[in-house]
Amino acid sequence: MSQKTALYEKHLQSNGKIVDFAGWQMPINYGSQIEEHHQVRRDAGMFDVSHMTVVDISGDAVTPFLQYLLANDVAKLKQSGKALYSCMLNENGGVIDDLIVYYMNDDWFRMVVNAGTRDKDLAWINQQAAKFNVAIKERDDLAMIAVQGPRGREKALQVLPLDVSQAAADLERFFGADSGEWFVGRTGYTGEDGFEIMLPESEAAEFWDSLIEAGVRPCGLGARDTLRLEAGMNLYGTDMDETTSPLISGLGWTIAWQPAERNFIGRSVIEAEKNKGPQQKLVGLVLEDKGVLRGHQKVIVDGQGEGEVTSGTFSPTLKQAVALARVPVGTGEYCKVDIRGKLLSARVVKPVFVRDGQSCID
Amino acid sequence: MSEVRTDVRYTASHEWVRLEDDGTVTVGISDHAQGLLGDIVFVELPEVDAEFSAEDACCVVESVKAASDIYMPINGEIVDTNNALVDEPDIINSSPYDDGWIFRIKPVDEEDIEQLMDASTYEAEIADE
Repeated sequence: MSQKTALYEKHLQSNGKIVDFAGWQMPINYGSQIEEHHQVRRDAGMFDVSHMTVVDISGDAVTPFLQYLLANDVAKLKQSGKALYSCMLNENGGVIDDLIVYYMNDDWFRMVVNAGTRDKDLAWINQQAAKFNVAIKERDDLAMIAVQGPRGREKALQVLPLDVSQAAADLERFFGADSGEWFVGRTGYTGEDGFEIMLPESEAAEFWDSLIEAGVRPCGLGARDTLRLEAGMNLYGTDMDETTSPLISGLGWTIAWQPAERNFIGRSVIEAEKNKGPQQKLVGLVLEDKGVLRGHQKVIVDGQGEGEVTSGTFSPTLKQAVALARVPVGTGEYCKVDIRGKLLSARVVKPVFVRDGQSCID
Repeated sequence: MSEVRTDVRYTASHEWVRLEDDGTVTVGISDHAQGLLGDIVFVELPEVDAEFSAEDACCVVESVKAASDIYMPINGEIVDTNNALVDEPDIINSSPYDDGWIFRIKPVDEEDIEQLMDASTYEAEIADE
């Protein structure tokens, strides 16, 4: 049973090549994934991300609930609209999902979780919520469009409804604002500036058309993946999952260890792991030879052992293969990757390859 | 729609095959196949002098999406490869039947080509996909 977003007909009109993604009929590209990738790096592109799951959490106890549910600490959020990236852990310290949570006011937070994890996330959230005075409401009445790229905000502001445009115009990075049923976050998953815009499904198709008229080009999930990987952003289910802790997934920075008395789910297990010292780490790889890095390729590190590529691709911006890989913690500057039986040389780098259109690789 | 050349023959795995005047056979992938793969970013060419049987995986074409094997259309020996693809693999996208050829083989028996699909059969085959 495959679902369609409110923009499905629009994708067909733009010759979108439709694939099944997490149970949704989504466009993988509209012709050329690489052109769409460059469009976002150089100008403005948009993605239908209506398949993602929006959850509103409200009530008196919403802050203590989220402080218990999430590994990052929502108490850091003091200004209305401020967003926080966090992992939601299980009792073993494995990652149930990664998400963004916006603090709207003391009684209302909005969370955006992955489409592929919707069912288990909602079940988990509701199960944990039983002990708190909070209401959980999935907002499946909202569509979501991510407008990304150096000219994305400027173009989106031209066509947003006036009240929404006014609310969005002065947003700082990683803030969101609502106006009526619309919500705009200055967030994204591409390493470029831009907006993620939530709006009523009934208004989505018309707004999509007006974005096209403003010069924002539709981009598929293929470009979304190469953009996020260049930006060094993890993908749930490939770079981390319920069997991996955030500490070996490059997500240690998202854990709020202070205050020490805050008891969040999974804390005791990952705290013990941290004190003992994690055995692996997530790094960036840049392939020095020709070829393409792909998930599950074996990584060989001299004197340290083996690791694995978690996600890899050909970087359209850098014109060489890049990857995220989980490797032994002692891994130095170089490693080998086994590609179809050949051991190719790769450089180990901080896992950020491109940000705001610029290469981050020496 | 994708172009189906009438002067070549086709395999079910979307290679095209052309018998040249000197008795060698040129191999590439069809316009339909390059469209399915999307932007091609790397080609791992076979070794010259390597011998393969029909349907052996002998070469790899990688797009941004995935790696795909290219299969030997008939029994033979690799006699030449298109080295322009090393630096510009996307020639396969822009010119799949001409500049984007991948390798040439010396067939064990050139009659084997007759077993492959002609253009109209191949066209019907891809219309069903």
